[in-house]
Amino acid sequence: MARERPKNRTPKEETVQIVSRGFLHRNSLTLAAGMAALLVVAGCSKKAAPPPPPPPLTNNGPAPTATITATPGVINAGGSVILSWRTTDASDVSIDGMGAVPTAGTKTVQPTESTNYHLVAKGAGGSTDATARVTVNAGAAPTSNLSESDVSDSAFHQNVKDIFFDYDSYDVRADAQSTISSDANYLNQHPTLKVVIGGYCDERGSTEYNLALGENRANAAKQGLVTAGVSPDRLRTVSYGKEKQFCTEHDESCWQLNRRAQFSIDK
Amino acid sequence: MMNGKHLKLSAFLKISIGICVFILLFSSALHAQDWVKTGTNLGVQRIRLAAANFKAGSSDSLTTPLKTVFDATLYNDLKNAGVFDMVSKSMAPPQAPGGPQEINLSAWAAAPSSAEMVAFGSLSVADGRVSVQGFLFDTKNTQTPQILGKQYADVASEENARRIAHHFADEIILRLGGGINGICETKIYFVSNRTGNKEIWAMDYDGAGQHALTHLGSISISPRVSPDNSRVAFSSLGKDGWSIRMYSLELGRLVSFTSPGGTTISPAWSSDGSKVAFSSSQTGDNEIYTTDASGGGLHRVTAFRGPDVAPVWNPKSNAQIAWVSGRSGLPQIYIMDSDGANVQRMTDGGYATSPSWSPNGQFLAFAWDRKYGPGAPGGQDIYIMDIASKRWIQLTHEAGANDFPSWSPDGRHIVFQRAQDGRTEIWSMLADGTEQQQLTHDGWNAMPNWSWK
Repeated sequence: MARERPKNRTPKEETVQIVSRGFLHRNSLTLAAGMAALLVVAGCSKKAAPPPPPPPLTNNGPAPTATITATPGVINAGGSVILSWRTTDASDVSIDGMGAVPTAGTKTVQPTESTNYHLVAKGAGGSTDATARVTVNAGAAPTSNLSESDVSDSAFHQNVKDIFFDYDSYDVRADAQSTISSDANYLNQHPTLKVVIGGYCDERGSTEYNLALGENRANAAKQGLVTAGVSPDRLRTVSYGKEKQFCTEHDESCWQLNRRAQFSIDK
Repeated sequence: MMNGKHLKLSAFLKISIGICVFILLFSSALHAQDWVKTGTNLGVQRIRLAAANFKAGSSDSLTTPLKTVFDATLYNDLKNAGVFDMVSKSMAPPQAPGGPQEINLSAWAAAPSSAEMVAFGSLSVADGRVSVQGFLFDTKNTQTPQILGKQYADVASEENARRIAHHFADEIILRLGGGINGICETKIYFVSNRTGNKEIWAMDYDGAGQHALTHLGSISISPRVSPDNSRVAFSSLGKDGWSIRMYSLELGRLVSFTSPGGTTISPAWSSDGSKVAFSSSQTGDNEIYTTDASGGGLHRVTAFRGPDVAPVWNPKSNAQIAWVSGRSGLPQIYIMDSDGANVQRMTDGGYATSPSWSPNGQFLAFAWDRKYGPGAPGGQDIYIMDIASKRWIQLTHEAGANDFPSWSPDGRHIVFQRAQDGRTEIWSMLADGTEQQQLTHDGWNAMPNWSWK
């Protein structure tokens, strides 16, 4: 917090003010010009500044804001991307190629070529736009004859899928069990890959408790991989609790996306 | 099993909160001195106190600005104390008495000010130093009205004017508030994202002087200041996950603390400063551990499937720990002996987190969403529970999601975080839920922790 001493008016400013008041009583162009010159000489540019511009004519409300993200930003052909966008003070939102969309939301898309998702938000206060780019790599997914160092993040994410959890739970669900089996399959085929497992929670509940819950989710995923034959030495867990929200809407579909264990290459 | 012990909300509305506080305290009234004056409607009259504007004792140009800060700070401190019925400045007699010979006690005792006590004095600035003479007079005692006479001098600055006012206010509160030290010079540690990252911040108890302590550029949360105000323990996300870190307030930098691996979070100091408790996932499941103040002598206290987090010591004895456990499903508040024996569940449902143990050892403040669940109504509010009887009262109502209560050292106040209308800010209130005031206004601010002194 700023703790400035109150500014004392300098004597110089005081003088200029008195002089200018004196001049105001006279109606002479010359003297007025002289006054202006004096003000400039006195360095008091504040007094010589033009009047503030009139307020904008069409100020009917705050200007809209818009953000859009695509996750992941790079995929291989056939992969899918989650678009997530939100706006404020917008009534009319559209994304090129998709038409009108809600003012905030998420959508899964499967672009076949690199695409710019261009969002335009219009509201009473004007319009704004935002763009998210998705790069699509052509070609087939890597096969097991590739050396491990060539496995890209996108190939990894395509083969090692995240698993999702029920509310306030870190039990591995039946649908997640089959995901873990195929994840483990891929990891067993790529035995030098190291993996970091991030545990995430939805936005509800208390910060500290969610960090522990996220840790339990990451560990449940780790345990599943270990049971399926992946060496625990290759696996590291980090809890993010509710600190890094993947999806920021306040509804169950978004909460479900956040309640997950996410696998990444441990670099 | 505990249903019979609960007072229903509707019953609260019919009788005053003050009566509830009285019921809550009834079983152990001997230890409740500091509460008697806290609650309103208890039949205990608050002392009617006037804080006169001080008289300017010099013509130095700094006199007026420093006096303005001093007058406002003194008035707010006394008002915040929660034990006075303050005379509004507009009801004060027009003269500002500078000393004992200038005060007209009968004018202050008469309506509309009707003051029982008057704080007054003078403030002057000379040669770059500010000096203050402060008095406290009893208007009913015309023979020897003086209760307090104090003199202060320091380098002339707004910060020092504020500090002198805090000091004088604490003297008055100590004399008139049942012999309990005031909290005007205490600090609140908290988390703010104002620099773009969640860092540990500090401020005065009234929200003045907010400044960042850490600049780690990561996520740092859960600050807990040591009882001697020398260090702040907190948890921070590094490359290998969460660990407990230690910031020295004396050195202005991080100092070493041996944190175990895994997700290690939510530190808590014992009141003698010799031990730290925290939650760590060394075993893959977060459990409560204790160590000495530098992280040595790691000792595991809990062993049960499910998250165990947010420990807090009973500051009266350091022989018990309250914490949050998910062993039976949704998180609940539990207490146990500090060696892990005698585990006792305190809350009977809902989603209960963030316990803070009152300085007198008698109460837990915590956050509770009693109807937690998808689509369920109700909010997350601050509650306090009398530990012996498990009776509780709700302090916040229908105002956002409230979490992380922390007691002030006088046991009269609670600071907490409130998320409302898309903002998360820090608020304080009296421990009966009244006098709620917002302390932060800029950015996202959360997880406040009130210093021990």
